[in-house]
Amino acid sequence: MNFGVLDKSFFLATVICCISFFADAQNSVPVFDFTKYENRILHKNDTLYIVNFWATWCKPCIQELPIFEKVAQTYTQQPVKIILVSQDAKTRAVQVNDFLQKNKYTSESFILSAGNPNVWIDKIDSNWSGTIPMTLFYKNRNKIYYHEGDYETYDELEKIIHSKL
Amino acid sequence: MQKLFFTVMAVIGLSFLSTAHEGYHVGDAVSDFSLKNINGKNVSLADYPDSKGFIITFTCNHCPYSVAYEDRIIALDKTYAAKGYPVIAINPNDAVQYPDDDFKSMQTRAKDKQFTFPYLHDESQAVAKKFGALKTPHMYVVQKEGGKLMIKYIGAIDDNWEDASAVTEKYVENAVDALLTGKPVAVANTKAIGCGIKWKK
Repeated sequence: MNFGVLDKSFFLATVICCISFFADAQNSVPVFDFTKYENRILHKNDTLYIVNFWATWCKPCIQELPIFEKVAQTYTQQPVKIILVSQDAKTRAVQVNDFLQKNKYTSESFILSAGNPNVWIDKIDSNWSGTIPMTLFYKNRNKIYYHEGDYETYDELEKIIHSKL
Repeated sequence: MQKLFFTVMAVIGLSFLSTAHEGYHVGDAVSDFSLKNINGKNVSLADYPDSKGFIITFTCNHCPYSVAYEDRIIALDKTYAAKGYPVIAINPNDAVQYPDDDFKSMQTRAKDKQFTFPYLHDESQAVAKKFGALKTPHMYVVQKEGGKLMIKYIGAIDDNWEDASAVTEKYVENAVDALLTGKPVAVANTKAIGCGIKWKK
């Protein structure tokens, strides 16, 4: 009888553990290495991939995120895809997700953790100092635009999008 | 009209040149500076007549990269101050935008982490600009040569900011070790890995 109760509570505990484990797994952004990053960005199609490098600790980045979110909301009928690449530490995948949820940002997001920054920063753009925010446009497997620094207004970014669509 | 065009082009060209060459490069001589330390007293490089050189780092309190590298900066001073290359840390950030980087917070951080090196406040940001520092942390290894302070290395501390135990290339240590044994620095330039310096608006 006692064993039965124990078994039951053990089973329950296991179930709760499993549920919380999967809940946690859902509540964090994925962590990508460089190959995964390239696989996500480089496609043989006419979609304009707007890739913004940011981090939760970076004030100018956070200030301009609403601009990117507005692009995502505005260009629903056009081949435009916003991808937010976080430069937070890979151990902060949950906090990054919480931040995006809290601000109701819907764009695809992941943390890029790609080893030695002195190797992968140059692979992304040899002109890049590595500071964020930084924005790239990709189309048809090609990088067609690079900008280190932020955008003051939505119009500023939209003008560039129009010229690249 | 043509003359005007050429003048305009020349001015544009010159302005490009001047932005491209801002700050020190490896091989340049550093001018000494005098900045306020956390104890309220000013420190300059001339205060270290017996040193062979310096490990100068622009860093700050708030930036996650600076925090991640803090223990490694402390370790650099523990290892290399005795060998003639003390650490000099300089915080250039605008405390108006980032109150965590103000002078009082610098004092607290230095005390909490028991910094064994000066932590200087570059309040006017003039020293960071003169160096051409862009990030925190941004490392400059300097060696004394015939009365001059020559830059031998600029860039990152090592190749893994997130995980000190997974580092494979210790750029700063390799540079100082080379200088100590009279060898050329093999990797003299890397991109500093850190937050952008917060310039005054």
